[in-house]
Amino acid sequence: MSAPATTAALRVTGLTAGYGPVTALDGVDVTAGPGRITAVLGANGAGKTTLLRTVSGLVPARSGSVHAGDVDLTGAAPERIARAGIAHVPEGRGVITELTVEENLRLGALLGKARGRTDTAIDDVYAMFPPLAERRRRDAHTLSGGERQMLVIGRALACGPDVLLLDEPSLGLAPRVVAQIFELLRERVEGSRLAVLLVEQNARSALSVADIGVVLNLGRVVASAPAAELAADDALRHAYLGF
Amino acid sequence: MLQFVNTLLTGLGQGAVYAAFALALVLIWRSTRVVNFAQGAMAAFTTYLALLVVESTGSWWVGLLVALASGLVLGAGVERVVVRRVGPHNELGAVIVTLGLFVALQALASILFGAQFRSFPAPAGLEGFSRGGVTIALTPSMLITVGAVAVVLLGLVALFRFTDVGLRMRASAFDGEVARLLGVPVGRMLTLGWALAALVGSLAGVLIAGGSLVWPAYMDTVIVNGFVAAVLGGLDSPGGAVVGGLAMGVILALVTGYVGSDLVPLAALAVLVAVLLVRPQGLFARTAARRV
Repeated sequence: MSAPATTAALRVTGLTAGYGPVTALDGVDVTAGPGRITAVLGANGAGKTTLLRTVSGLVPARSGSVHAGDVDLTGAAPERIARAGIAHVPEGRGVITELTVEENLRLGALLGKARGRTDTAIDDVYAMFPPLAERRRRDAHTLSGGERQMLVIGRALACGPDVLLLDEPSLGLAPRVVAQIFELLRERVEGSRLAVLLVEQNARSALSVADIGVVLNLGRVVASAPAAELAADDALRHAYLGF
Repeated sequence: MLQFVNTLLTGLGQGAVYAAFALALVLIWRSTRVVNFAQGAMAAFTTYLALLVVESTGSWWVGLLVALASGLVLGAGVERVVVRRVGPHNELGAVIVTLGLFVALQALASILFGAQFRSFPAPAGLEGFSRGGVTIALTPSMLITVGAVAVVLLGLVALFRFTDVGLRMRASAFDGEVARLLGVPVGRMLTLGWALAALVGSLAGVLIAGGSLVWPAYMDTVIVNGFVAAVLGGLDSPGGAVVGGLAMGVILALVTGYVGSDLVPLAALAVLVAVLLVRPQGLFARTAARRV
């Protein structure tokens, strides 16, 4: 299959992956464009998390390809994919609790693209999430759930990525905190080169912040359309999105 | 009183070596969740290399440097060639592999260097300082021992606290998957961790040998006491390893001085049992659960 010459920051083509006898992803095509938030929606077990884990190299692809810009990253190791500009915030936060807030951020800023300007990259995160600045010397295990989510998103942004993969950032957070984080994310993406692939079970709030929505069911893409269109499609919402 | 002070000093000198050995165990435990039972045999091996160099150059210090350098290489090699093949999430397999290495390296040392006792020169004098007819058990050699351990310890603290490599190593140890997602080459960090641990172990090997005898199994008591020291401090805590090492040195010196040197192995065992009964997470560990 020849890929169209688009400007997609991330282009996933025919991706198939699984665990043992289970096929979790079955020929998935997804693109994420710069300056946009692309939401990947679907029920539990639809393959959303596997999609992100395969893109970032934690799960091996059985077939299909993953490109960042023009670079083929299919089958590359996770650390190489991270260096190519894809930052993955895993489900369940991924804060390294034994390190301080600032050490967590520094770890992100040390990555390739931010080299030589780690302090600016860290200061940018503090400007975006002021609560983190107040706690910079604290061990990360002292943070609240919302602060932890800010920390991992901030750490991923400090990497200076072209693509940000976010796995269930709303999990376990109060709706008010989710709205606040999504709003900050929207501001950060608007007019930038950053492409966000947002995996969410909470379809309603994800569609409110996203430009494009992709609906997965049992490892296949069943719909892909502008977010407003998906939100207006009653049949689709009832069948796959649960609201 | 003088006898008590002298016992204490002897204990602290010995304890510095146990501290270094315990630290080597902790460095590997923290990053790979493996107790490296081959640590002693690796250190014995590098100490033999140091002895060859000391005998041919006449310089104890050159011998020490050779031991440290060969420790780095041996540690990295063991991780790359042996431990890595066992695969992740197979701690029991890795432990059995280190036990096998222990036996193999000890046997290889007997073949290459001979099984007889050989004397290893001391770094400096072994006479205690004396003033006004009173001699205390503080010798120049002991000062060098304690100083060398302190230098290596501070170097490690500086490495882990203040450098980018140290931050990456800690991240790899605490959460390998997240570290990889942040572009850290976790495999290389583990190799480096094993190399540094073996360097510290080699330091302990040379220091314990100085002014004494070496034979292929001469590290065996240090392995036991160093392991108890590491458990005492909490296997996760480098600071705990140092405190545990010093404490073990003092406890065993007190037993030697006031009870009888026959009871030293029993005392080490008693400390181990007491720690596991009263405070199994060790004195300094943050985690409450111990996986055995």
